[in-house]
Amino acid sequence: METNTEKQEYTITVYTENQVGLLNRIAIIFSRRKINIGSLNTSPSEIDGIHRFTIVVMESRDVVTKIVRQIEKQVEVLKAYFNTNDEIVWQELALYKVLSEEITEKVKVERLLREYGARAVAIRKDFIVFETTGHREETNKLMKALEPFGLVEFVRSARVAIIKESSGFHEKLKDFEQKQPSEEVIENEYLGKREAVFTM
Amino acid sequence: METIIAKTTEQKVDAKISPTTLTGSQAVLEACIAEGADTIFGYPGGAIMPIYDALYDYNDKLKHILVRHEQGGIHAGQGYARTSGKAGVVFATSGPGATNLVTGLADAMIDSTPLVCITGQVFAHLLGTDAFQETDIINITMPVTKWNYQVTDATEIPGILAKAFYLARSGRPGPVIIDITKNAQIQSFDYEGYTPCNHIRSYRPKPVIRKSFIDEAVALINNAKKPLVIFGQGVILGKAEKEFKNFIEKSGMPAAWTILGLSALATDHPQNVGMLGMHGNYGPNVLTNECDVLIAVGMRFDDRVTGRLDKYAKQAKVIHLDIDPSEIDKNVKAHVGVWGDCKETLPLLTLGIQEKDRSEWLKVFADYTQQEYDQCIKEELNPSTEEMTMGEVIRIVNETTKGNAVVVTDVGQHQMVACRYAKFNETRSNVTSGGLGTMGFALPAAIGAKFGALDRTVIAVIGDGGIQMTIQELGTIMQTGVDVKIMILNNQFLGMVRQWQQLFNDKRYSFVDIQSPDYVMVAKAYGIEGSKVEHRKNLQTAIQTMLAHKGSYLLEVMVGKENNVFPMVPQGCSVSEIRLK
Repeated sequence: METNTEKQEYTITVYTENQVGLLNRIAIIFSRRKINIGSLNTSPSEIDGIHRFTIVVMESRDVVTKIVRQIEKQVEVLKAYFNTNDEIVWQELALYKVLSEEITEKVKVERLLREYGARAVAIRKDFIVFETTGHREETNKLMKALEPFGLVEFVRSARVAIIKESSGFHEKLKDFEQKQPSEEVIENEYLGKREAVFTM
Repeated sequence: METIIAKTTEQKVDAKISPTTLTGSQAVLEACIAEGADTIFGYPGGAIMPIYDALYDYNDKLKHILVRHEQGGIHAGQGYARTSGKAGVVFATSGPGATNLVTGLADAMIDSTPLVCITGQVFAHLLGTDAFQETDIINITMPVTKWNYQVTDATEIPGILAKAFYLARSGRPGPVIIDITKNAQIQSFDYEGYTPCNHIRSYRPKPVIRKSFIDEAVALINNAKKPLVIFGQGVILGKAEKEFKNFIEKSGMPAAWTILGLSALATDHPQNVGMLGMHGNYGPNVLTNECDVLIAVGMRFDDRVTGRLDKYAKQAKVIHLDIDPSEIDKNVKAHVGVWGDCKETLPLLTLGIQEKDRSEWLKVFADYTQQEYDQCIKEELNPSTEEMTMGEVIRIVNETTKGNAVVVTDVGQHQMVACRYAKFNETRSNVTSGGLGTMGFALPAAIGAKFGALDRTVIAVIGDGGIQMTIQELGTIMQTGVDVKIMILNNQFLGMVRQWQQLFNDKRYSFVDIQSPDYVMVAKAYGIEGSKVEHRKNLQTAIQTMLAHKGSYLLEVMVGKENNVFPMVPQGCSVSEIRLK
């Protein structure tokens, strides 16, 4: 098992209310400690009106544990979790813009796109935009492969992740809405089960 | 002519049949009244004028204290909150008014002081245009507030203020700032009454106590041979002084305090073994590294308390009681983290622990106290030198007040000396800027402390540096007639920095030589009586005169220029390496 001070990639998942300024409140928890956010995504969650932040950082377990507690302390944050890569399923989306003449002239490119599972999302006379989803290494590989053929633009989205063990937030939310939440919700997972962080 | 009169009458009738129409400004004041706020500290300005206009008609229900600077206003709010146990309410205008609150917000945040600050803001349609006195106070204050919110529509005001008061006071208390645009202050709306807030689904002020943690903690305490209790402001904030006393008395454990925990347990309690940390007492510091179980109650293991962390209580099993789960394991790893309100957790522990006689263990503390007395305290309290010491001033204050006064301190040497030696019989008697160390805190905080505890004597102990940072608040004292005893301990230096320069920078006294005005004359200019003591023979009478005086009084005491505060745990050292001289 990794030690608590060794840095590795952690994905932090935060369930929040929809509130102006909350992104900033969460971001300053990182910047105050001079921690760089690798990627950050905000989106709706499985529940209407509840937002879900997905934040990726390269940090030690000790530091991530403390950060997650500070995030959870924010008034509008319902719950925050952190997971290592083997505990989640994640994807990133990448877009590539290449000149049409390169693609149409060189069969090689077509094979390349097929190989990487890329699909065209826009086809114009002058350029074509392709899209792939996958892990960073996968989207990176296609970028490298397309470079010799004149990659005009490249952009990659933040990571979105599903926690393998999670059974969603619906049940928990019911408890949050009660005045006196159940023991299960109220329990502090960090205190109770220090190693098994996820207790949904 | 006829028609005009008819129209006017009609309007009047309208106003009568809909008495629930309020402006946003009126709704703010209604909320303050409903929340039991009797005193507001503030300063008007353009963007908060509608609220001040409404205040004109609420004069009989809300006391407004006009301060001389918004920083003074917020420190007064803090002092009020500390002595009264209620949330302090502070008003300021937009722009510079709001930014002047920032130091106080940071101070209240780190010292968990409940505050509700209302700032005016430019009209909503001007937001983001760099309008006159516009500043993005929401983003500026984000790291130093428990919560903040900008109101742009008056209908939000009752709900948002209810939330603000609830958040400021509940759980681990803290400052909240509500920024209200001028249009929202002016806007009239149908007021449906005020409903206090007691639940926010995403906010958990305190948990249901888990029995397993209580059981584990009880077992550790019952098996302990040398347990040491260390407590902080959590005991006071949780209003758990009685529960705490029962807890330590049942098992006979020694208890030491952080400077914010001071006064939660009476000074003369036989199990009160003194102060922790950098300038704390000898015994509790050294014995932190000898106890077998360390029970931390409502404290956060600040670096000024722990010294070097990797040599802090490594031999001990640590039990940490805190209402804020992010404090548990933050600095010191807890073997048992008892997450909860200590008003609830302490009685559960008391129930489980066995009655024990720990007089042997307490005797060890007494031995250290004796050593400290012989080598430090004796000379500080009864100096053999011609120069007066800060310690002897505090000793005479103790003798005169019998430990019944509220002591408000600023930051520096006098603060450490006052906290070390001041005697307290009751809780909420010590008001100081602990976490942030804000010089200039004491004078305005003392004003607020007095308004929060009108029946008590309030003494502000301030250095010659700190007083000059917020001396303008003498004007607030003049205008309100509030009774605050101001004691300036003047060593003609920025003493704490000078002490460090002496000990660690080869006496290179870089910019610590500070001159003072004639404080007695300054006080006189504000209509406040005062005197200056330069010789020991006049000291006792002067202090008695000050305390007997009806109304505010300023006493300047000239103390030794180069006295140092000892004991001391030098920065970066372990608590075991505490120096007595």
